[in-house]
Amino acid sequence: MKKLINKPEDFVRESLEGMAAAHSDLIKVNYEPAFVYRTDAPIPGKVAIISGGGSGHEPMHAGFVGKGMLDAACPGEVFTSPTPDQMLEAAKQVDGGGGILYIVKNYSGDIMNFEMATELARGEGIRVLNILIDDDVAVRDSLFTQGRRGVGTTVLAEKICGAAADQGYDLQQLADLCRRVNLNGRSMGIALSSCTVPAKGTPTFELGDREIELGIGIHGEPGIERTSIKSVDEITEILTRSIIEDISYSRSVREWDENRGEWVDVELINSPFTKGDRLLAFVNSMGGTPLSELYLVYRKLAQICEQQGLQIVRNLIGPYITSLEMQGCSITLLKLDDEIIRLWDAPVKTPSWRWGI
Amino acid sequence: MVNQAQILQWLQSFAAEIEQNKEYLTQLDAAIGDADHGINMERGFKKVSSQLPSVADKDISSILKAVSMTLISSVGGASGPLYGTWFLRASTAVAGKQELTEQDVLELLQAGLDGILGRGKAQLGDKTMVDVLSPAVVAFRQAINEGKKTVEALQQSVAAAEQGLQETIPMLAKKGRASYLGERSIGHQDPGGTSAYLMLQSLLAVLLLDAEGNSVRENTHE
Repeated sequence: MKKLINKPEDFVRESLEGMAAAHSDLIKVNYEPAFVYRTDAPIPGKVAIISGGGSGHEPMHAGFVGKGMLDAACPGEVFTSPTPDQMLEAAKQVDGGGGILYIVKNYSGDIMNFEMATELARGEGIRVLNILIDDDVAVRDSLFTQGRRGVGTTVLAEKICGAAADQGYDLQQLADLCRRVNLNGRSMGIALSSCTVPAKGTPTFELGDREIELGIGIHGEPGIERTSIKSVDEITEILTRSIIEDISYSRSVREWDENRGEWVDVELINSPFTKGDRLLAFVNSMGGTPLSELYLVYRKLAQICEQQGLQIVRNLIGPYITSLEMQGCSITLLKLDDEIIRLWDAPVKTPSWRWGI
Repeated sequence: MVNQAQILQWLQSFAAEIEQNKEYLTQLDAAIGDADHGINMERGFKKVSSQLPSVADKDISSILKAVSMTLISSVGGASGPLYGTWFLRASTAVAGKQELTEQDVLELLQAGLDGILGRGKAQLGDKTMVDVLSPAVVAFRQAINEGKKTVEALQQSVAAAEQGLQETIPMLAKKGRASYLGERSIGHQDPGGTSAYLMLQSLLAVLLLDAEGNSVRENTHE
């Protein structure tokens, strides 16, 4: 393993220390337990948005803490979900009385820890709702798996909901918006190489020179299929087709019911993209793939969307939800409406994402 | 009877087992998950191990509760809430006890399993720790119904757990990150099931050691 680290066990903490030093105007870091929060939080009356997950996906989530986006982020160990005490303390720190929206990716560890955190926060009189992101079309059948993973749409939901929270949406409106963004977003990724988790020290999986992993998640876990290397046009075609040809996906997710004061199973179904849809196209680097290659992906993606009568009206290209130094990319397409476009365009100022300010 | 000192020994011994098997658990997890099970468990149990002296004079339930809180706040991932819930429920099942009868041990094991079933929503056959813990509880119950003492019942329980662990190998994972592999999860032993097996096995090892120690002393008296 060759990495710029001191000791593997200090990796997450020292990374947070560097981040705090670099962006002291925007964020503060609490270390015991670990969470990153806005310097101007709590903002009275505003709903606070908190996300979190394993470290190793930078800039997600801590890089998105700031004006117009997240109020706090809880980083776990590398690829390991954070713990309920982190989420609870973060909630206490940033709650301005408007309640908390937890944005949770559909991974078993994240779900269980955020559910425990929700129960703890509720016990302390803080209103919390959590919305699950599950947008990875590589996962076909929800009946026999954990359901679809939460990947690229998470980043878009954080931006859009962050703007909405700044504009005064209440907790229920934000939860509904976040759910809608999730239902409108679809993603799929591929890996050209494995990453190396610092604490383990060796690559998580072996991939031959001529092999790629299709349908990967964001934790260096193997994908759904291993195949031989193809041209970027062919790879983009596979990813894009999988996304736009994805039919309705139905699943049952657990959400907190404020009236009943308990968890309820909510049936959700999303509808496929149709001709004439306005889209946001997001081409994401898994960490080790340069921007030049992402533009090759975008080039082909834009061609396919045009052929299909899908209008790309916004885009985002770069490393936003990564897997350490893994080579590869993911594509996310999000169906837009006027409200979501307005929120997307709203100003944002965070360590890793800023425009309009 | 299982006494408070044995519970403490068990937790130390389980922590040592986790440390020794850290690489092994991580290798199992790399095959079908994301290669952190050993690392996460070791982080949690290292902390448990260092905190045990401070709760050494407490009753069994309080010790188990302290373990639960430490795991929930230090392990993360899926293992943190699952093991944390197992120990929390086990703690509630033996509230106020200084010693555990066969029935108490059964209730502890059953409560822990029920907690995990509720938290993780996994069923038998999903290729998770449930496939190890569930047959272990069934075997323990059957053994004490037949009038067996704790050590003997636990021997049967651990044998059933080991069998359950072997049976996770051909299973298709339906929970956790392994589930995303689909068919490719077949042929690999479940890492969570492996650590759950170590947990039961280390309890048995402590009780067996004490049983041997006692019998040696008894023999000397004769």
